Parts: sequence; C-alpha cells; structure tokens
Amino acid sequence: MRAAQEIRVVIHTDQDIVAARQKGRALAVELGFSPGDATLIATAISELARNIVTYAGTGVVGIQGIQTSGRQGILIIASDHGPGIADIRQAMRDGFSTSGSLGLGLPGVRRLMDEFDLQSRVGRGTTVAVKKWKP
Amino acid sequence: MIATFQAALSDADLNQLRSGLVRQVVKFRSRAVIVDVTAMDVMDSFASRTLREIAHMIRLRGAETVIVGIQPEVAFAMVQLGLTLEGVATALDLEEGLAYLTQKFKNIN
Repeated sequence: MRAAQEIRVVIHTDQDIVAARQKGRALAVELGFSPGDATLIATAISELARNIVTYAGTGVVGIQGIQTSGRQGILIIASDHGPGIADIRQAMRDGFSTSGSLGLGLPGVRRLMDEFDLQSRVGRGTTVAVKKWKP
Repeated sequence: MIATFQAALSDADLNQLRSGLVRQVVKFRSRAVIVDVTAMDVMDSFASRTLREIAHMIRLRGAETVIVGIQPEVAFAMVQLGLTLEGVATALDLEEGLAYLTQKFKNIN
C-alpha cells in the first residue's frame, strides 16, 4: 500500500483558508472518504485555519492520511506560534470567544471529527490535532 | 434580485458579496433577494455569520432574503458545528425560493 501524501498549507490570509480546506477535501476523497465526510473534514479545516488567521496571524495546517491495524483515516494538525489559549476548558465551551466572533469553533470541530487533541501554552502557541477514521 | 456564485468564497469574497448586495438592494429598490449558495463547498462560522448579516441588513431596507441551495452534507456539517441561520428564510432551491416569495407577497397584497 502506498503512503498517502502529506499536504502542508501555510496559513496567513483568508485565501489560505480556502486553499487548505479544498486541498484537505481532495485528499479526503482520495483516501476514500464519502463526499459527506469530506465536507465535515473540509469544514473542520476551515475553522482551524480561521482560528490561526484570527488569533495567531500565521501558522501551518498539515493534512495526511494515516493508518493503524485495519483502520484508515485522516490527520489534521493546525499549529501556530500565536498568543496561546489561557483557559482551555473555557475555550472548549460552546459559544466562547475572545474576538467577538462566533467563538473559537473548537467544540464544533471536536463534534465534526472523531479524535481531538489541543495543546496550548500562553505566549508559545497552539497546536490542534484532529483525526477522522473511515467507517 | 437573485445572487448566485460559481466557486468557493473566501472571507474577502463574502464581505464583498455583503456590501455589493446591500448596495444593489438600495439601487434597485429590490423587494426580495434570493442568495443561491449551491456552489458553496463549506459553510463555516464566518460564512454563516455573513449570510445572517446580509439577511438582517436587507430586512432593515424593508426587503426579504431567502437563502437557497444549502447542500445536504453542508447542512449536516453546519449542525455538527452548531451553526444556525436563525431568523433567515431558507428554501430547497431557486424554484422553491421564488414560490416562497410569491406566496409571501400575495399574503401582503
């Protein structure tokens, strides 16, 4: 089985958000996800990339196919060296936002995906890693 | 007035759509606007907030807005994300949107 390609999109402007989610959707379809799941994945990428633009200014979204014994999926890692999140528990509550927007969208992203991991240090940056497995 | 687009929209495109639509509504004294989002690949928090703002601005001009063509998988993702288009009329497609407006104006007149 060939190794799935890895995509890396530098996020700086709103155009990069569109590029990241389109590339992510294409890879998801290539990995065999249904159009419905590919839309969920693209929406999650859009929110994660938007958080980078809104809160950190610049960062990177990496997207790759993954597999463990008998399972295939997609891994998305959004990382930045922005201000970090002071209160992660609060950030994971629906409706929380420090920018006057609809919120960080992180609880929503967690619902869109199967696995969710958030690492953040104030002044150092934030890394969000999410996975979705093929049914 | 009917607004439709052919490709995925960036945030800047959405902002432009918003200001353009409101300007046109004023210019043509439109009574109703249908925004066809069939081509939208993803409706994230920014896109749905912008659409809500468009509808509210147009309502302040005394006109109606109907959003049509939200794809089933896009609708599913919106619900998962917790997004709503509260207070905004939606319809299945352009035809249904026109039927909705026709009915609405018939009731008023």
